[in-house]
Amino acid sequence: MSDIEQIPVTMTVNGKKVQRFVEPRTLLIHFLREDLNITGPHIGCETSHCGACTVELNGMSVKSCTMFAVQADGAELTTIEGMANADGTLSALQEGFRQMHGLQCGFCTPGMILRAHTLLKENPNPTEEEIRMGISGNLCRCTGYQNIVKAIQYAAAKLNGTEFQEAAE
Amino acid sequence: MICDSKTDAIRARQSAVRVDLRAVCASSLECAPHPSAPFVNVNCPAVLRLDTTLPAEGEPLSWFGTLGIRSFCGRQREEKDVIPGAFTYHRPSSVAEAVAILVSHGDEARPLSGGHSLIPMMKLRMAAPEHLVDLGGIADLKGITDDGSTITIRAMTTQHELIASDLLAQKLPIIRETALLIADPQIRYVGTLGGNVANGDPGNDMPALMQCLDAAYVLTGPDGERDVPARDFYEAAYFTALAPEEILTAVKIPVPPAGHGYAYEKLKRKVGDYATAAAAVVLTLDGGTVTFCSIALTNVSDTPLYAKEAGEILTGSTLDTATVARAVAAAEAITEPASDGRGPAEYRTKMAGVMLQKALSRAATRAAS
Repeated sequence: MSDIEQIPVTMTVNGKKVQRFVEPRTLLIHFLREDLNITGPHIGCETSHCGACTVELNGMSVKSCTMFAVQADGAELTTIEGMANADGTLSALQEGFRQMHGLQCGFCTPGMILRAHTLLKENPNPTEEEIRMGISGNLCRCTGYQNIVKAIQYAAAKLNGTEFQEAAE
Repeated sequence: MICDSKTDAIRARQSAVRVDLRAVCASSLECAPHPSAPFVNVNCPAVLRLDTTLPAEGEPLSWFGTLGIRSFCGRQREEKDVIPGAFTYHRPSSVAEAVAILVSHGDEARPLSGGHSLIPMMKLRMAAPEHLVDLGGIADLKGITDDGSTITIRAMTTQHELIASDLLAQKLPIIRETALLIADPQIRYVGTLGGNVANGDPGNDMPALMQCLDAAYVLTGPDGERDVPARDFYEAAYFTALAPEEILTAVKIPVPPAGHGYAYEKLKRKVGDYATAAAAVVLTLDGGTVTFCSIALTNVSDTPLYAKEAGEILTGSTLDTATVARAVAAAEAITEPASDGRGPAEYRTKMAGVMLQKALSRAATRAAS
């Protein structure tokens, strides 16, 4: 299919500017994984249900399986590869998922963390209900969500400089 | 009959014509017509995988979101793996430019808004536009304005922006209440009001709400703009008054009086699901008597339903039990839901009545008397 027109896209991914030529029909998730070799965002359902492909695009959480790469031309993206602190230590959310056992198989985790990242930027002090509704577009089949909610509460407390109090079971 | 779009396929099925979807498939794998889907004769594995979930005659085509499609991680993409069909991408910077592209390509072009209806259809090759006209670069299609009596929401305003709008929270809070029940946070960042109302999917929530609010859609085409009331816009599932060379550019909503009561009640199985049934209510009260009442229903027919008679029955009443029961019966009578995974038709009709009853009582408690 070499006769298909390729068009240039430029975006800033995890702080690095990238430019590639893509077929217009290339989905953003395929562009990230296969053209840029950024494999943190996962392909789960590929029907915009599961949220495993969630990335941050211009400050919004989006499902990269339901967007063409060309639509993201000029955008700023963050994936799990861009989440650690500059010195390589874990960010508050990553640390929260580790400390609170917020993952088991880990497949949903990059999407969960990116969604939680945007959620906490918009609402630095979410209630448990707000966290649960905030991650309602991300499916986890292992944890039952309890520890994911705790992980996000842990991160919120750390970012706010308050002490994390684990709710009684 | 050869179909090259999903709407063609639906139209063909409505007239019981055999549908050949080969025109929408780029793959050359061999396959025979599937016995459970005799009206589909396809060569494309993406479409073949639909067989087990193809809807029965008369059922809405909202199944496409429930399919599992294999993923391609860990190896290079090959031609047969590329999910949507090839298209030429256009990114106009003005409405006039976008309309000109639609005019020059006719049926082969589709406008792309947030893409959360169209891209899933393109992945399934149920839509295979040769020209995709991305409206994302048109700054003029964003924003919410208020001239006192009418609020105008430009088409590319996202659900997330509707939820965040102070103006809407103050004057039309039912929009925020409804938008929060649509899909999930990620989809609300991208999905737009214009796309939601223009697509004609009976599962979408905004169309019934716009009928309840007596909104008008601004359709812009080569000959200029025309306004079509939301109550006249929907013809059948995915069939609307929008012509192929027109773009829905704005929604105009008359501002209900201050102190009006409102509620959108939606029964759904889980976050992200379409409604089993839903009801929108806007009413005003004066000394406990209903002075105005507008009702519309979601996903219990081929189109959203404006329940005119039910609203008229309630106007002048005190929302007493007997009158509410009569209005609920009138609303249930106009429903025509399909039996599907959300329940048998009779159940969904009943649930439309229950949602209406809940919405009425919540709207009444919110209304200034």
